[in-house]
Amino acid sequence: MSSDWPLWEVFIRVRGGLSHRHAGSVHAPDGEMAMRHARDTYTRRMEGVSLWVIQSNDIIASDPADSSALFEPAQDKIYRHPTFYALPTEVEHM
Amino acid sequence: MERALYDYLLRRGDDSLILSQRLSEWCGHAPTIEVDLSLANLGLDLLGQATLFLDYAASMNADVHNADALAFHRDAAEFRNCLLVEQPNGDFAQTIVRQFLYSTWQKMLFDRLAFSKDPTVAAIAAKAVKEISYHADLSADWMIRLGGGTDESNRRLKAGVEWMWRLVPELLVADEIDNELITKDIAPDPASFETDFMTKIAEVFAEAGLDVSPLPRNFASGRRGYHSEHLGHLLCTMQYLPRAYPDAQW
Amino acid sequence: MYTTELQKNPRILPVSTEAAEQTVAFEARVAGDEYIEPKDWMPEAYRKTLVRQISQHAHSEIVGMLPESNWLTRAPSLRRKAILFAKVQDEGGHGLYLYAAAETLGTSRAEMIDALHDGRAKYSTIFNYPTMNWADIGAIGWLVDGAAIMNQVPLQRTSYGPYARAMVRICKEESFHQRQGFDIMLHMAKGTAEQKAMAQDALNRWWWPSLMMFGPPDDNSPNSAQSMRWRIKRETNDEIRQKFIDATVPQAALLGLTLPDPDLKWNDAKGGHDFGAIDWEEFNAVVRGEGPCALERISARRTAWDDGAWVRDAADSYAAKQSSKKAA
Ligand SMILES: [Fe+2]
Ligand SMILES: [Fe+2]
Ligand SMILES: [Fe+2]
Repeated sequence: MSSDWPLWEVFIRVRGGLSHRHAGSVHAPDGEMAMRHARDTYTRRMEGVSLWVIQSNDIIASDPADSSALFEPAQDKIYRHPTFYALPTEVEHM
Repeated sequence: MERALYDYLLRRGDDSLILSQRLSEWCGHAPTIEVDLSLANLGLDLLGQATLFLDYAASMNADVHNADALAFHRDAAEFRNCLLVEQPNGDFAQTIVRQFLYSTWQKMLFDRLAFSKDPTVAAIAAKAVKEISYHADLSADWMIRLGGGTDESNRRLKAGVEWMWRLVPELLVADEIDNELITKDIAPDPASFETDFMTKIAEVFAEAGLDVSPLPRNFASGRRGYHSEHLGHLLCTMQYLPRAYPDAQW
Repeated sequence: MYTTELQKNPRILPVSTEAAEQTVAFEARVAGDEYIEPKDWMPEAYRKTLVRQISQHAHSEIVGMLPESNWLTRAPSLRRKAILFAKVQDEGGHGLYLYAAAETLGTSRAEMIDALHDGRAKYSTIFNYPTMNWADIGAIGWLVDGAAIMNQVPLQRTSYGPYARAMVRICKEESFHQRQGFDIMLHMAKGTAEQKAMAQDALNRWWWPSLMMFGPPDDNSPNSAQSMRWRIKRETNDEIRQKFIDATVPQAALLGLTLPDPDLKWNDAKGGHDFGAIDWEEFNAVVRGEGPCALERISARRTAWDDGAWVRDAADSYAAKQSSKKAA
């Protein structure tokens, strides 16, 4: 097979006050070039004000096979949500 | 019309236009897609600069309608770009050396041009300097990677430097046009940043494992319309349509 | 279309009962309009079909840069040059996004590129035709990007998450491509007699290949049903071809150009245009790699990639040296 650079994931802060969000990927030989490639690929239309890049291999992702154990136990903890509590109508804001 | 300023605008516009044209030749053919996109960004920045400078020049010349008239209806001898930017792309190393040398110089020039007494020139330069800063950094990064990469990339980079080095002295010349504008505080004196420029080159060359040769005698005078053989061919391609169909609007 | 199935689908049947159960669950998720993500279980046939479809789409974007960059150095005004430069650059970006989407399925970009270069992978037939005059650039934007958008908009809701997200970004960027092409055509068609002749000539040459882009007729498109069920194809070839023709006819009239099909006429009963027979022999030949520019396109891509090998190696080797320096 011919050679290509490793894959990096690109995250963009769309504007101040927002968190970085996954935008896509680039191939690059190192972090510095990954940053340049991210800029040259994903910010050509004023898509952001800040970039993160991380080598794809370094991301640890949850396994979909575990998703019921990971995420379903949260389903019945309805008391964590404000809508669980009925307020007397006299209380307008809380 | 202020002849000196007009000519100076052509110099700035033509440098950007011709280098952009060279970069556009890479489109679809770069070493990876990412590099293709990078080079296109550089080319687009330069094309924007060229349009602004040439439009400004055209506005000073009643015989010339707009930037297009200047870009597409002048012959090689009327172009005022330096010889460095018209050099063929060669391999990626040659392209990078050309870009690094030009962008590094252009950055230092535009840093100062942003304070020009001519407000239009100052505004164009202030906008462009942010773009050029990126060009200079990106090409320096590539210089260092090619120099410190493999034996082959190091050899190719050296060949690129060998090709381009003879064209550096032209950048440092100030002629009567420059001098007139320097006196009027419209343009900076290239001598004022010659040391900075050579220092920056030495710094990046050192990191890339390259020796800095002494600057040779200058044979180039693109600023007066004396070009290499390459420009004519570039213009044949670039100007073909507007020349073949002068009545057409595109 | 860029994503038209140009190669045979693999027929891989589930072997174990476990796989059979997983397949049922998978089909239910897809039928329920859920997104499938990279680490989710998926049938091998789905994975393989997607890799082929997405990579074929990516190849089309990258090869598609070539007929247009053929005129980039000759764009007739600074404005047109900037627009075309940005447009062709966008196509490169699209290729990049799509290769990356396919990579989440366990292949690598280099692998896909190798397959393109040695003829194992296909790309859209349309890019095997030459761009002969400046109006061809208009015709490509108007017809080819126009056709692509029709196919790509529904793919934003395709079942595979990374592919759908790539399509969202692509569709956003595509929105100016067709307009800039139509704008070129408009200037050419309303321009000098020579320009108008170029525009008509371009339309004559691009019209039929554009219709072929949507792929073989439905009765000859055996894998469509499965792809529709998997939501990796949202409309049939013939449906979308008809939609394209109906949308384009009034645009051509507006340009004052004639579509090169004497049989083209409005059919009230069907609420669409009837059109002449498409030369499927030609289409099949182009799919086989016999298109007029097939050799030029692949050789240009191969040359770019092979000539770039030393650059990629150099940067890799520099990075390796730097990280071992850091480790030391
Ligand atoms: Fe004028
Ligand atoms: Fe595209
Ligand atoms: Fe497009």
